[in-house]
Amino acid sequence: MLLISCPWCGPRDEAEFHYGGQAHVAYPDNPAALSDEEWARYLFFRDNPKGRFAERWSHSAGCRRWFNAVRDTATNEIHAVYRVGEPRPVTS
Amino acid sequence: MRRDSGGRIDRDTTLRFTFDGQEYTGHPGDTLASALLANGVRQVATSVKLGRPRGIVSAGGEEPSAVVQIEAPFPEPMLPATTVELYDGLVAAGLPGQGRLATEPDPARYDAVHAHCDVLVVGAGPAGLAAARAASGTGARVIVVDERSEPGGSLLGTRESVTEPGADDVLGPQEVGSGADWAAATAAVLEAMPEVRVLRRTTAIGYYDDNYVVAVERRTNHLGAAAPADVARERVWRIRAKRVVLATGAHERSIAFAGNDLPGVMLAGAARAYVNRYGVLPGRRAVVFTANDSAYAAALDLADAGVEIAAVVDVRPSPGAAWTAGARERGIQVLSGHVVTAAQGDGQVSSVLVGRHRPEAGAAVGEQELAADLLLVSGGWNPVVHLFSQSGGTLRYDDALGTIVPDASRQAVEAAGAAKGVFTLSGCLADGAAAGYRALEAVLGRAVGERPATPRATVETPTTPGQAFWLVPATDYRSHFVDLQRDVTAADVQRATGAGLRSVEHIKRYTTAGTAHDQGKTSGLLTTAVVAHALGTTVGELGSTTFRAPYAPVSFAALAGRDRGALHDPIRVTALHEWHVANGALFENVGQCKRPWYYPRAGEDMESAVLRECAAARESVAAMDASTLGKIDVIGPDAGEFLDRLYTNMMSSLAVGAVRYGVMCRPDGMVFDDGTVIRLAEEHFLVTTTTGNAATVLDWMEEWLQTEWPALRVHLTSVTEQWATVALVGPRSRELLAELAPDLAVGVADFPFMTWREAEVAGIPARVCRISFSGELAYEINVTSWDGLRLWTAIMDTGRVTPYGTETMHVLRAEKGYPIVGQDTDGTVTPQDLGMSWVVSKKKPDFVGKRSFARADTSRPDRKQLVGLLPEDPSYLLPEGAHLVADAELPAPPVPMLGHVTSSYRSAALGRTFALALVKGGQSRIGERLYAPVGGALVPVTVTSHVLYDPEGARRDG
Repeated sequence: MLLISCPWCGPRDEAEFHYGGQAHVAYPDNPAALSDEEWARYLFFRDNPKGRFAERWSHSAGCRRWFNAVRDTATNEIHAVYRVGEPRPVTS
Repeated sequence: MRRDSGGRIDRDTTLRFTFDGQEYTGHPGDTLASALLANGVRQVATSVKLGRPRGIVSAGGEEPSAVVQIEAPFPEPMLPATTVELYDGLVAAGLPGQGRLATEPDPARYDAVHAHCDVLVVGAGPAGLAAARAASGTGARVIVVDERSEPGGSLLGTRESVTEPGADDVLGPQEVGSGADWAAATAAVLEAMPEVRVLRRTTAIGYYDDNYVVAVERRTNHLGAAAPADVARERVWRIRAKRVVLATGAHERSIAFAGNDLPGVMLAGAARAYVNRYGVLPGRRAVVFTANDSAYAAALDLADAGVEIAAVVDVRPSPGAAWTAGARERGIQVLSGHVVTAAQGDGQVSSVLVGRHRPEAGAAVGEQELAADLLLVSGGWNPVVHLFSQSGGTLRYDDALGTIVPDASRQAVEAAGAAKGVFTLSGCLADGAAAGYRALEAVLGRAVGERPATPRATVETPTTPGQAFWLVPATDYRSHFVDLQRDVTAADVQRATGAGLRSVEHIKRYTTAGTAHDQGKTSGLLTTAVVAHALGTTVGELGSTTFRAPYAPVSFAALAGRDRGALHDPIRVTALHEWHVANGALFENVGQCKRPWYYPRAGEDMESAVLRECAAARESVAAMDASTLGKIDVIGPDAGEFLDRLYTNMMSSLAVGAVRYGVMCRPDGMVFDDGTVIRLAEEHFLVTTTTGNAATVLDWMEEWLQTEWPALRVHLTSVTEQWATVALVGPRSRELLAELAPDLAVGVADFPFMTWREAEVAGIPARVCRISFSGELAYEINVTSWDGLRLWTAIMDTGRVTPYGTETMHVLRAEKGYPIVGQDTDGTVTPQDLGMSWVVSKKKPDFVGKRSFARADTSRPDRKQLVGLLPEDPSYLLPEGAHLVADAELPAPPVPMLGHVTSSYRSAALGRTFALALVKGGQSRIGERLYAPVGGALVPVTVTSHVLYDPEGARRDG
């Protein structure tokens, strides 16, 4: 049970949150201009690193806000949380 | 047999219990195991695969052998007899390795508590109590959990005593008394502190991320039939701790030799605990087989209690002088450099073969037979590192200790005392206190200035190093057991290595060693050692298998807690629910909602009720409670733009006062949800969703709004619960509405299809929408939930309206070919596949899903498309889910599957059965004959348009 610091609500149990996959995968500006392969990359391809990973979470049973977190997928340590639209913090 | 005195039992009270049909007595303070031993019962169970007799091996939760079934007062399977506290009226039976679940419902209550603390101490033995004492008293919140009925840990089973440093220098050190007395006194001091909580009979079972520890407290199990019904039988503690001290102690391990599973073979420390804690002599004449000093203490305690010690067999060539001297004082012979080669006996130990250890010779030499009914074994001690490992901690093999010890953890945790490999009492007391202070200082963020001196053992016999000794060499290893519960022998392990297995993880799965209810607490490292022996490597090289939660078996009832039966999941009902119940509706669960399914009249079955309800809707007027449809207010200057991006069709062009059907797709172009959108005002839309998807759609909208389009000025609010909705359906619905809403102009021109009006209906302010999910003239009347029942009752009180439920709704919509998202779609279906190209805008530059309609995959001609099916036998009802094939005779497998039936009903309007199906290239197969393999037969069906009733839409305006 992770303890996740919601940027608005502070540290809360993981059970209050929903996972949203990789962060910073923006909806393309003009999907029509993309090749099938580029569109398929947006639709179906995501990173799966061992180590620090910027990912999206939603405080679904709390303030219902989406935010981003940098979590180490090997240790589950969360190194940073930040709001939507903010750049990924440098966590080394 | 029971000693005349001693032990932490209440001899003035007698408890009656039954085991394997025999009646016995015991005392409060006994476990079932100690009471059985006191009554001379040696065989408690039989083994799971080989059916061998098995006795009591340990005195705690690590028990690998004596597994029992509790029969009364409430059946519970697979409990170690060593952890069952005796109570009056207990009925139990030994098990052949498998238990039996209760068939009647468990009447007990179970609950759960969330707790937060600064320092969590797991284990109330000497190290744990010292840690808790160090960490408490300065305001830090401390929780101590211990799995036993009383604090003290190992002290309960020994004769050691503890000396407290004096309160001042004048008095000097004071011996408090026995170790158990010290533990009780220390626990009492802790419990008196308001910020400290001591939980007995509480086992920490799992250590999770961010110092989250789950423990299970057994609150009334030990009371038997006397357990008060209003107290939870078990309670799950979910503890978030800033720091954790794991003072979980150590488990003694056995040695693999022939017949080491016979009843009468017991861990030395366990025998010592039976003598000291329970006042029980587990035998009359014992041989002690050891590779370390600790078994000498057991030998001396047993000898002093009256057990004849035939010999101490010590594999070490030169055991510690202090201990051997103690043995010789009592006339006990010490056979150093010797091993036990076999325990012998018929059903229990009657003699022990002992020989001189000659590892280079491959087997012991000079065997002699010693008569004995008890064989105590100590192969050394394994720190209980389970929770430390679960915390993400790494382990290392300590060559000097001959066991695995905690190394580093990324969490705020440390092990203390025996759990860390400290095996002396003074060492545990000092180590526990130091860990407690470190935890406190970490919590306080500052150093603790004054530290009172820590207690120490009153008498401490110097110890000498043990020898890591695992396997007595032999030519036949078929009765050298490593895992008693799984009947795994050293021969089985050697067969695994002989088959080429090298990893202990693989060998665990191949042999099943360590996979029983005890999870190999006493056998895990022994298995590794036997593997190492077979492979010619070392235990340190191989390491241990992974430790996983739960540490000890947990009942499902405890984990479920209060969340069972009606409390398992919220039950949502509509404002009209009481009317449905009073009028005999049967209900269908849709998500968490209870929806009326159909309303059978006397003598009607489901089929006849639904045919009647359908006929009423098609021929007269009928009404349905549609309140559960999801409703979302979409408000703001950019609401139209927002909906344009999410729906496949245009919503911003919707006029105030109008209604439009819409479909939402995922980016991959697959249908996600559908429903109506009505425009209430320039900047205010109301979106409806399918019942089961209401929360998901709101989440979906929020996700896009917050993460992709935060610049849009839109607010989303769920209003599902705020509105009650009644669908009024049928050719006579207009005249009924006109009567109920005399001020509303209901003519076709005044109130056209896909518009909405505000009006008073039955005197209640309402929003009336002219929409239809049946193809008939129909209205949806929305009022506030407070008024819902009043509206519904007014409609029903006309006496002309037939109530109908979801089954009729499904038939009516299916006759019209309207798909249900999630029933006729499955996440691989596009709007075009559903025959709804018209709902996909060509004008909008983009919307979620649009780009995917240009992918080659979404224009494949063999995509599965929604079609209708008419069984050639018009009375045959196809099962939903049935597959469809092309040929009247099945070809050899693999048979090409063309699709499957998604909906199937009897239609009153069509006078026959029909179905909807997703069929490959379905829209080009209309008129074709296909076959549904059902129950060995191939049922012929004709493919039709998915719109089977009123394809011209003539009935829409009544």
